[in-house]
Amino acid sequence: MSSTALPAPHRRDADPYRLGRGQGHGAPGHGGGHDHATGHGAGGPASKRVVVGFGFWIFLLSDIVMFSAFFAAHAVLLDATAGGPSGRELFDPTRVALETGFLLASSFTCGLAAVATEARSQLWTQIFLLITGLLGAGFLALEINEFTRMIAEGAGPQRSAFLSSFFAVVGCHGLHVTAGLLWLGTMMAQVFIKGFRPNILRRLLCFNLFWHALDIIWVALFTIVYLIGLGT
Amino acid sequence: MLGKLTWDAIPWSQPIPLIAGAVVMLVLLGVLAWVVVKGYVPYLWREWITSVDHKRIGVMYTLLGLVMLLRGFIDAIMMRLQQALAFQSGGYLPPEHYNQIFSAHGTIMIFFGAMPFVIGLMNFVVPLQLGVRDVAFPTLNATSFWLTATGALLVNISLVVGEFARTGWLPFPPLSETGYSPGVGVDYYVWALQISGVGTLMSGINLVTTILKMRAPGMSYLRMPMFCWTALSANMLIVAAFPILTATLAMLALDRYLGFHFFTNEAGGNMMMFMNLIWAWGHPEVYILVLPAFGVFSEVISTFSRKPLFGYRSMVAATLFICIVSFTVWLHHFFTMGAGGDVNATFGIATSIIAVGTGVKIYNWIFTMYGGRIQYATPMLWSVGFIVTFVIGGMTGVLLAVPPADFMLHNSLFLVAHFHNVIIGAVLFAAFAGLTFWFPKAFGFRLHEGWGKASFWCAFIGFYVTFMPLYIVGLEGMTRRLQRYDVPEWRPWVLLAGVGIIILFAGAVCQVVQLVVSIRDRDKLRDEMGDPWNGRSLEWATASPPPAFNFAVLPNVQDEQPYWTIKQRAIETQQLPAEPDYQPIEMPRNSPTGFITAFFSTLTGFALIWHIWWLVVVGLVAAYAIFVWFAWRDVEDYVIPAEDVAKIDRERRHARQAWLDANARVGEPA
Ligand code: HEM
Ligand SMILES: [Cu+2]
Repeated sequence: MSSTALPAPHRRDADPYRLGRGQGHGAPGHGGGHDHATGHGAGGPASKRVVVGFGFWIFLLSDIVMFSAFFAAHAVLLDATAGGPSGRELFDPTRVALETGFLLASSFTCGLAAVATEARSQLWTQIFLLITGLLGAGFLALEINEFTRMIAEGAGPQRSAFLSSFFAVVGCHGLHVTAGLLWLGTMMAQVFIKGFRPNILRRLLCFNLFWHALDIIWVALFTIVYLIGLGT
Repeated sequence: MLGKLTWDAIPWSQPIPLIAGAVVMLVLLGVLAWVVVKGYVPYLWREWITSVDHKRIGVMYTLLGLVMLLRGFIDAIMMRLQQALAFQSGGYLPPEHYNQIFSAHGTIMIFFGAMPFVIGLMNFVVPLQLGVRDVAFPTLNATSFWLTATGALLVNISLVVGEFARTGWLPFPPLSETGYSPGVGVDYYVWALQISGVGTLMSGINLVTTILKMRAPGMSYLRMPMFCWTALSANMLIVAAFPILTATLAMLALDRYLGFHFFTNEAGGNMMMFMNLIWAWGHPEVYILVLPAFGVFSEVISTFSRKPLFGYRSMVAATLFICIVSFTVWLHHFFTMGAGGDVNATFGIATSIIAVGTGVKIYNWIFTMYGGRIQYATPMLWSVGFIVTFVIGGMTGVLLAVPPADFMLHNSLFLVAHFHNVIIGAVLFAAFAGLTFWFPKAFGFRLHEGWGKASFWCAFIGFYVTFMPLYIVGLEGMTRRLQRYDVPEWRPWVLLAGVGIIILFAGAVCQVVQLVVSIRDRDKLRDEMGDPWNGRSLEWATASPPPAFNFAVLPNVQDEQPYWTIKQRAIETQQLPAEPDYQPIEMPRNSPTGFITAFFSTLTGFALIWHIWWLVVVGLVAAYAIFVWFAWRDVEDYVIPAEDVAKIDRERRHARQAWLDANARVGEPA
């Protein structure tokens, strides 16, 4: 490649991989964007729906990285009970099973809400979102109850490093659920007032992703914090 | 009512911060008054504060970076002065003040100087190079910027209200726990970084999405300019690393505010866990800074050597290699923890391996220059200065990566010399190279060459005079962060470093003068055509400054150097491509969301620092309210009619045609 080589005229159309001609690749109906966007970039900018969904995924990944840091800390501090109670003495499997049930069921109803949205049914979307929110609130109530009980027993986060990280990691998930509930309420109001506009649909998509991601994190939490905690 | 905040928080008895604070306040008030009197407020509000245009936001990021670099530089001068005086005496700064200064220096330089500068360049350049109209999430982009500004503001407020951390640029426990740091210093650090960290994370998400999902037709991955590749890698590192910082600082905050025991000495806390966590973020962070710098040099060296980048694909591979391996070396920051020979050896080897990727890049740059027609414009000077300097910094890094050597050199001035060697030699040099290189694109006129070159030479020589002595005193055993010292052998070197910073200061002055002179002489320095350096990538296809929509029609990319190809064809045929069929363009509307969010974040952050709980609640509720308010708006875009697009683009074409005609007469292609 010398500095003076001018591209020969015929190179203008040289496109061995046919990357410049993405037309007709992408599925139409990607919601508002260019129909011919492949979403892989080579065919031009992807549609808004793809961009928003993808960006939100990246955010969720970053959130999962944050949880990993808390999980890592918990793994390190698992035995640092400083003479205080350990997980085996504190955790109540029935309650945790109940919490898990609530959360998984809420994920299911959240999925049903997405189905209802797909069918553009205002009523069923609202109903399923409401159930999702109630299940989430039930989960939170159980968690808050667990926290207050532990603190009342003198097993609060100040007691030992193990309990510090327990409260932090479980609490962080709980905060996410709380934020999710706020978002959920806002979304219900938006769906009600504004209907199924493209931007509302995109937000519902993101909310769905968020809610399911919280489930995934809970599964990790259930295993790393509660199961391993009960086992040691 | 006001938590821990009382009148005593203002350091009435300490003249230095008081006077410094007063001067800053006066300057700020002066600027504000000037803006108000001149009637610029509506303009600023409309065109900048509420702007969601990636170019404007990039400029504001860069400006913030520049100002904060100067602010951090003042700290540096104060430290050098202290060490020059503090031989067998107390110097002029008492220990508790000196400790705040080195902490503020590092924090400001990395988080509010270098990071905004680099993010600003990426913000400005990446969408233009990709041939698109904006980033993926424009309003989020503005919010990111304003949150970063919030962090910078909080750190600077600590100068006059309360105190800053005395714990270094990374607050190692147990020193940073309440027992040893009961004041608000560490709290300022924690909340400033948490808030700006959210901004950084969001801007990382934004740019990753932009690069992966929004490129001009035909811009396949392997046609992206090198700067986009390094930006992609740096932003992926942001997404993967910054959450760790957030989590770590959250744990420290829980320790400090609610009596948790993550890192304390008591109740099973584990302070070495902090080291592991913070460096699991910290080492990737240095590559977040340096990878975009590598990108800048790649663009500059190829442009001013009049050659395509040598070994483009190996460069891409090396970038991604560094991106991944940078996550596997963090332990080299605390070999002395005593993890054992096997662990240390593993991390030592991993660390040295990173240098391989870097070496590939160095050779590629050299081969790009080899046989090229090199033109030593200011950006190129910075780049060549970088190659020389960075090789030295990289080699001392490899030396530190050898655990036994590191046991001797850890926490010495040798280490300080190493990281300044790489950060100044790469990140700062790249910042100034990039500034000079893309300034005409942003503002429509070039920066003055003479002052730029003077600035380069001062910085280049000043760097060596300041930091080479630190390698030597480091080898002689001088540790870092000394408020005073008694060893006579160190004295000459410390004084020499003091001389060096005078030269660096001259460089900073030249940089400022360059800006002023260039603005004064802007008519002489105009870039009429939009391509002042004979560039190769798509940003040079637009006018300088580019219109809000960047490209009237998205370019159709057909090879690795899309703009170069278009340009050569135009020169060959002596005419521009046919006029396209202009369509109306939809652009995102301005929004004050970012600014308002930042306003309430500042309140919340300040309230958290001073334990003003009701204000925390107010701030959080307000944040939610803005969120809902923003989500509720009905019109997100505005439309630029096709006639306007055509009018703007015809001007650009006109300038290009004029340039072509002029060049035809001269008979000089390119
Ligand atoms: C060429 C490859 C490099 C190697 C092998 C390397 C190696 C090291 C090692 C082993 C240390 C720890 C020394 C100690 O604490 O005793 C260190 C510290 C450091 N390095 Fe590098 N480094 C390299 C490149 C870089 C780059 C490119 C940057 C920044 C852009 C950088 C910034 C830093 C900083 C900021 C510190 C120390 C921070 C502190 O302790 O406060 N290094 N490096
Ligand atoms: Cu490192």
